[in-house]
Amino acid sequence: MRFDTSPAPHVIAGYTVPRVMFQVLFALLPAGIAHVALFGPGLLLQLSVACVTALLAEAAALQWRGRDAAPALKDGSVLVTAFLLAFSIPPLLPWWLGALGTALAVLLGKHVFGGLGQNPFNPAMVGYAILLVSFPAEMTRWPVPMDVDGTRTWSELAQLSFAGFYGADLAVRWDGYTGATALDSIRSGLDLRYTLPELLGRGEIAGTLGARGFAWVNLAALAGGLYLMARRIVRWHIPMAVLGGLLVPSFIAHGLDSGTALGPAMQAFSGATMLAAFFIATDPVSAATSDRGRLWYGAGIGLIAWIIRTWGGYPDGFAFAVLLMNLAVPFIDRYTVPRIYGRQP
Amino acid sequence: MNLDAVVIAVLVAAALAVALGAALGWAAARIEPDASALVERIDALLPQTQCGQCLFPGCRPYAVAIASGAADIDRCPPGGEVTVRALAALLDRAPRPLDPAFGMPKSAQVAWIDESRCIGCARCLPACPVDAIVGAPRLMHTVITAQCTGCELCLPPCPVDCIELRPAPAVSRHQRRPCAA
Amino acid sequence: MAARSTFPAGLVLDAHKQQACESPIIELPLPTQVVLALDQGAGYSAEPVVAVGDAVAAGALVARADHPFASAVHAPLAGIIVAMETREAAVQGGRSLCIVIDGSGADRIDDSVRPVTDPASLSPEELVQRMRDAGIAGLGGAGFPTPTKLASARELGAHTLVLNGAECEPWICCDDALMRSAADDVVLGALILRRAAGTVRCVIAIEDDKPAAIAAVTKAIERLRDDALTLAVIPAVYPKGAERQLITAVAGVEVPAGGLPADAGVVCQNVATAAAVARWATRGEPMLSRIVTVTGSGVAHPGNVRAAIGTPLAALIAACGGYRGAPLRLIAGGSMTGRALPSDEVGLTKSMNCVLVTTRDDIGSRLGAVELPCIRCGDCASVCPAGLLPQQLLRAALADAHDALRRLGVRDCIDCGLCDYVCPSQIPLADRFRHARRRLLEAEAMANKAAAARERHELHKRRLQQAATAEQRAFDSVRNRARQPGDGSAGDGN
Repeated sequence: MRFDTSPAPHVIAGYTVPRVMFQVLFALLPAGIAHVALFGPGLLLQLSVACVTALLAEAAALQWRGRDAAPALKDGSVLVTAFLLAFSIPPLLPWWLGALGTALAVLLGKHVFGGLGQNPFNPAMVGYAILLVSFPAEMTRWPVPMDVDGTRTWSELAQLSFAGFYGADLAVRWDGYTGATALDSIRSGLDLRYTLPELLGRGEIAGTLGARGFAWVNLAALAGGLYLMARRIVRWHIPMAVLGGLLVPSFIAHGLDSGTALGPAMQAFSGATMLAAFFIATDPVSAATSDRGRLWYGAGIGLIAWIIRTWGGYPDGFAFAVLLMNLAVPFIDRYTVPRIYGRQP
Repeated sequence: MNLDAVVIAVLVAAALAVALGAALGWAAARIEPDASALVERIDALLPQTQCGQCLFPGCRPYAVAIASGAADIDRCPPGGEVTVRALAALLDRAPRPLDPAFGMPKSAQVAWIDESRCIGCARCLPACPVDAIVGAPRLMHTVITAQCTGCELCLPPCPVDCIELRPAPAVSRHQRRPCAA
Repeated sequence: MAARSTFPAGLVLDAHKQQACESPIIELPLPTQVVLALDQGAGYSAEPVVAVGDAVAAGALVARADHPFASAVHAPLAGIIVAMETREAAVQGGRSLCIVIDGSGADRIDDSVRPVTDPASLSPEELVQRMRDAGIAGLGGAGFPTPTKLASARELGAHTLVLNGAECEPWICCDDALMRSAADDVVLGALILRRAAGTVRCVIAIEDDKPAAIAAVTKAIERLRDDALTLAVIPAVYPKGAERQLITAVAGVEVPAGGLPADAGVVCQNVATAAAVARWATRGEPMLSRIVTVTGSGVAHPGNVRAAIGTPLAALIAACGGYRGAPLRLIAGGSMTGRALPSDEVGLTKSMNCVLVTTRDDIGSRLGAVELPCIRCGDCASVCPAGLLPQQLLRAALADAHDALRRLGVRDCIDCGLCDYVCPSQIPLADRFRHARRRLLEAEAMANKAAAARERHELHKRRLQQAATAEQRAFDSVRNRARQPGDGSAGDGN
């Protein structure tokens, strides 16, 4: 009896790229629910724009590059980029800005470098950074979250979201409903020489857990991240290193000067901390290669984010922290090659 | 838009470009690359077949010619496309296809003397550029396969055409399989 | 050399060993025809000492091992040599010169088959020579000639003999069955090998998922009461049973890169080899048979079979109930490192420890795999037992960058296939690295050849120049003498 032949190994584990990507999207579900509950349905609007734009941009890019579009679209990687960008931007962003950011993320952040597996920078952060620098006003206007005491209803937030989505001038009718993020407010307050306890005492900035609104989103993102770690989709090195790089300096700084330095709990549950630690920084393509390298990479991201949050001009520093550490990855890789069995280190 | 600012920016950028370009050009002219080191590096990329198909008497003269610019890099059939690309990378030029005027690449070959027809005239011995033929007048000649480069220079001198070219033996297949039991 | 503090990576795989181990070992009667490949798996062929038409007795030498990496081949049955030709074989390259013997049914045993009287009286050198004559080769999968390994171990002063009873690869369980049924043979063989290798102690290593085998070997060791023979139980992680990884796990030393285990003071043998050595010592038989696992979803009744070397695989499968379902691949070896064969008429070799007949149930995931670009997830590096970075190696391999390949350690790869197994982009990494190693080998051979040719050409030019100078001088001296006829002064030249 004759047989066909093929090379060893003859079995594979069956993890596939689409499966990894869709697990990541699934893990974002809790964070998405928290986001919508607290900030209104704007996230869903942004998601729809981002996903559609991402798929179109990917298809167009592959067409221009003369590649087969179908397998790339099915692998889900561009959807992850779209989701992460949609989670990072304010839910009130006009649809064309969401589309622009996503298109830039896919085209300039990914395909210019050769597509899947070739980008040195995190595509979602590329899109976010371009938007943040080019449209600072729109990019720092968030709805006042539902857990701040007031007379808003969720349906009013829904109306606000649609208004922003269609590009209405939000200063006209929605003045009391929008504002800066908690970190942003703290920043401005510190600049005006208020102390932290005074700022945090004000109910609209922080609650018991952390920043208003964002604390819950971060908690949900943490849950999703732990799920990914349990499923071995994400290994512990980058998330723990990011949190370490952020929380250790903040612990020290808070101990030295609790009047102006945010404590670790507040840092952990505000802004995009958990999202960045578990979902954004863990993008494998732009991260360092070896486990030891990933520890340095994550720690660098956390540290730079802390520096930007403390002294930098932007309230949340993760986007730039990730991009800066992406630049450092070749350097990190060069010096963290694991020891090969049988060779001296 | 501040037009003055734009004009100034353009002028400054242009001035920088001119200055830096001039500096680079001066450096290129003043700092001579080490000529002999270049010949060595070119020679290291050539296959050492010593066949003369490039119309130079051996690989080193061809390397000298390439270094001096007298010959182009597309003349070596035994080196094949791999060598052309390596030379192009070394000399920072665009690779070109092999020039068929200098011969076509062939798969690795070695010469073989049919001893039943060899008359022992010893004319092939001096023709071999690497002295891979052993023998003496009126004694049997044979080619040392391991040292033969397949240059074919021994074929013309043979009066009885007893030399033929055969495929070179493959590189040893020995690779220890891992004992993964 | 300092050992790694924890076992680097590896993965626990589904064993698939249950089915084949349930039934006792089948003793397969001699087939009517055997196909003996002269390359029994190590990559080097033995030289035939018979011709077509010769009659041979069971146990007679049919091919002599001239090269230290080849092993002698003996006839497992009495009969007539009907063919000596190149055929498909379960070896690298897919083909080997094979001797085909038609069994005559006679019970003739060759005179050379005689039990070794008192192996303890033979010197280690004599033991090694006798083993070479008996064609003893490693039965763990590589088929490397045992006497050559033992001789180099003695030369390099190895102190520990490790017997590999780990059998970490999925599907294979012949060593497990052997240890359960013939632990005394294994232990006796261990003693002989220990003396032949000149090592002080011997450790038998078994994975912890084989409790029955561990019990059997423990009892056999106790019966012997030899302090220098111990048992080590290691975790059942693939590829703990690979030679280098096993040595590190058991002896705590690392084999230097590019070196031999003997360089680290250890020599490794498979337990089946030890049992075969015991068989040889007690019965005088050269290596004529082995236990092989016949398994897979494509076999009706998986089991372990003791069969003669050269038995066509079709006979082995028939002994296990024949094919079942739609077999897709016939693999010599396990699912991670086995070689897919084109035909079941190939003969059993010394290095074949498993015949794996797979259907879509077993290998469907690999067959349906679509290769995507590398997403740099790093899973491959986290499982690599050699500490390599397969994703960097892949880039170097695709770019054919030889310096990078050497630096990243493509030659330190043990070809276990784990990186391939876990890759979510389903890139055939193991195959790419095999190809890269081949390219390196060819490029280095070419570079060596070119360097030699360059040197010879320089010598050639110098020789011609000297000859021309000498000729010129001779000519000048003759011409000078011709111009001064009366001068009787001594001239040089001629």
